[in-house]
Amino acid sequence: MGMHVQPDQIWQWLENVPDPEIPVISVVDLGVVRDVNTAGDEVEIVITPTYSGCPAMRVIALDIETELAKRGVENLRLTTSINPPWTTDWLSEKGKARLEEFGIAPPRPAGGPERCPLCKSSNVERISQFGSTPCKAQWRCKECLEPFDYFKCI
Amino acid sequence: MTVSDNTALFEFLLRQGDNALVLGHRTSEWCGVGPVLEEDIALANTALDLIGQTQLWLALAGEVEDKGRDANDLAYFRDPYDFRNLLMLELPNEDYGRTIMRQFLFDAFQVPWLTALQESNDKRVGDIAAKSLKEAMYHLERSAETVIALGDGTDESNSKMQQALEFLWPYAGEVFADDENDVSVASKGIAPLPSSIHDVWNSTINRTFSEACLKRPESQFAHSGGREGFRHTEHLGHMLATMQTLQRSHPGATW
Ligand SMILES: [Zn+2]
Repeated sequence: MGMHVQPDQIWQWLENVPDPEIPVISVVDLGVVRDVNTAGDEVEIVITPTYSGCPAMRVIALDIETELAKRGVENLRLTTSINPPWTTDWLSEKGKARLEEFGIAPPRPAGGPERCPLCKSSNVERISQFGSTPCKAQWRCKECLEPFDYFKCI
Repeated sequence: MTVSDNTALFEFLLRQGDNALVLGHRTSEWCGVGPVLEEDIALANTALDLIGQTQLWLALAGEVEDKGRDANDLAYFRDPYDFRNLLMLELPNEDYGRTIMRQFLFDAFQVPWLTALQESNDKRVGDIAAKSLKEAMYHLERSAETVIALGDGTDESNSKMQQALEFLWPYAGEVFADDENDVSVASKGIAPLPSSIHDVWNSTINRTFSEACLKRPESQFAHSGGREGFRHTEHLGHMLATMQTLQRSHPGATW
């Protein structure tokens, strides 16, 4: 096919690739796509793992390949970089807002959620430093009494 | 680089990778049998971080060795005496108190160690250290808090933590005994001498034990042999038998 696409276009397409564990945000919102380069019909995408043992990375790579193949990209090179290491600072503002809508409190440098994502009360307490995936911790709201996930700040 | 340079670097990388692998596997043994659900999940996630770090260290080890072995080959097709992990990490979990105490003694070393390794002359080493450090800091925060919660808990939890500390203590010092390989990589600026971390480790554990109402044992004795591979405990072979059986029976099997 030999199509020539610009990096801007690729970034847009990647917005359609959801994070496999938190499908309301894209891999771009999550900050795991670090770089997109094109040269002729070759596309290089650099991704970085959230946690070094994150089991979702392989699925993310596969989903990116599938999405780009659908768009006609035949010559894709996916590379992994760990430097600089992923940080929650790279979560987009849109991503953070979507996390909260989904019921996951977004990360804060203060080390805990600002408020309960369900009833918005700030009266919350930690249950455990770890949660259902490496990137989350478990908290509980003392107003509505619901437990919720908090996206760990690293 | 000469051949001997690479040999020392390879050895160093095996020590890094094997510590993460052996502790990661031991910790994963709690999966499904943790004392409460939150702890089960926390231990499984800690194990996952460690296995992820293992992949980074052992992949680089294979690359440096340049004999076509990847991280999986190194993890699954070496025998006990080819392993370079600290003895403390291969000991059976026994109970939850010992598991947490061991994690704490290791994390208290690992955080300042990885912090220093970020400055390695070898950028690949620095990159893996920087990635692993974020996870290690999180582990230390949790293991230190849990040691304090249990040490300063009930009479029973305090006595179990004190027993765990006394059992593990003769193994805790192994990491600080510099050997020829440490001197070799230190002279090249790849890593600091492990002994240079001793003071920070001491102050972390002293502070935590005092908050946890635990008494630091006085003995200076330290077992040795794990990180050089000349003497492992009988437990490592049993652990590897479980960990390696699938790949040994069906080499190259994948999910
Ligand atoms: Zn609430």
